Amino acid sequence: MSADAILAAGDCHLSTGGCGFPAPGAEIFFFDPVATYTIAGIEWHITKPMILLVISAILVIAFFVAIFRKAKVVPGTMQSVGEYGYFFIRDGVARDTIGRQGDRFVPLLFTFFFFVWLLNFMGVIPFAQLPVTSKFAIPVAFAAIVYLAWVPLGIKRQGLGSFLKSMTMPPDVPKAMYVLLIPIEILSNFIVRPFTHAVRLFANMFAGHMLIATFSIAAWYLFPTNLLSDPSATGFIGLGGSIAATIVTIAMTGFEMGIQILQAYVFTLLAAVYLNDSVNAH
Amino acid sequence: MSLLAEVTGSIGSVGYGLAAIGPGIGVGIIFGQGVQAIARQPEAYGVIRQNMILGFALTEALALIGFVAPFVFGVG
Repeated sequence: MSADAILAAGDCHLSTGGCGFPAPGAEIFFFDPVATYTIAGIEWHITKPMILLVISAILVIAFFVAIFRKAKVVPGTMQSVGEYGYFFIRDGVARDTIGRQGDRFVPLLFTFFFFVWLLNFMGVIPFAQLPVTSKFAIPVAFAAIVYLAWVPLGIKRQGLGSFLKSMTMPPDVPKAMYVLLIPIEILSNFIVRPFTHAVRLFANMFAGHMLIATFSIAAWYLFPTNLLSDPSATGFIGLGGSIAATIVTIAMTGFEMGIQILQAYVFTLLAAVYLNDSVNAH
Repeated sequence: MSLLAEVTGSIGSVGYGLAAIGPGIGVGIIFGQGVQAIARQPEAYGVIRQNMILGFALTEALALIGFVAPFVFGVG
């Protein structure tokens, strides 16, 4: 039984007794399917994260099409916001990291930044309240796109041999050290790198959502429903704890909004750093 | 052989505590040195901040792997 279901049942409070703290677990990230289809013998489930993913994609596309379709020389308010975001990615991420050739990758990085940000931001929008990137499959798909972009690009730009050399053999190292270094570099650049790229985004959103869920359940659990009819020390302590947990929930939500934009930025920045390894040999 | 001591409950949370020590120190060093660098050379703010966040992200990965490991290896 999920924590949601226990809370929906209603009577789980510290003051009424008979019920331990319903700590949220990984089950709060799993939803019953809204619809089920069978195509080619495989069952397809449509769940809440999928719906939010589609809504986010439509919102990002609609927002930027609406802004930039009729772009004016003197930008209006919304166009200024869009242009500020564009310059932030182009100058702050693409050009600073990749250099002059970075302009080619601005569309990819721009899309990643705003799409990932909105997917993260779904965690604080009422009724959505699920950071879509806290489902591991979605960061994995994004990291796979980046991985399948920079590895073939590096082979194409530098040739297979010199690309592998630049990725696995750091210069200015004694020859004997390569016995040790090459396996480590292969492991860290080609195997661990895409994994951590996905896990970083996923785990941050997962942990943040879990934190907010824990404190909001604590606020509900500690709230003394029978304080007026049966005043007790437990009831008053619970009331204080409930108020504190509510304040912490609000503070954590604000903190989480900062983390959401930071993680979208980090994901984009790392994508740019990986692309830089393919474009500029070192 | 009789048991001298036993740990019950979520050992994954203990593991996460251990996994967070190193990255905690690392992230502290990165931001401490980053703030110092910005104070010494405010005009290089953009480059310093970018590298600071990059270093933070790479260090933090260790803590996050520690966070997901209990889910991956399945605790009872």
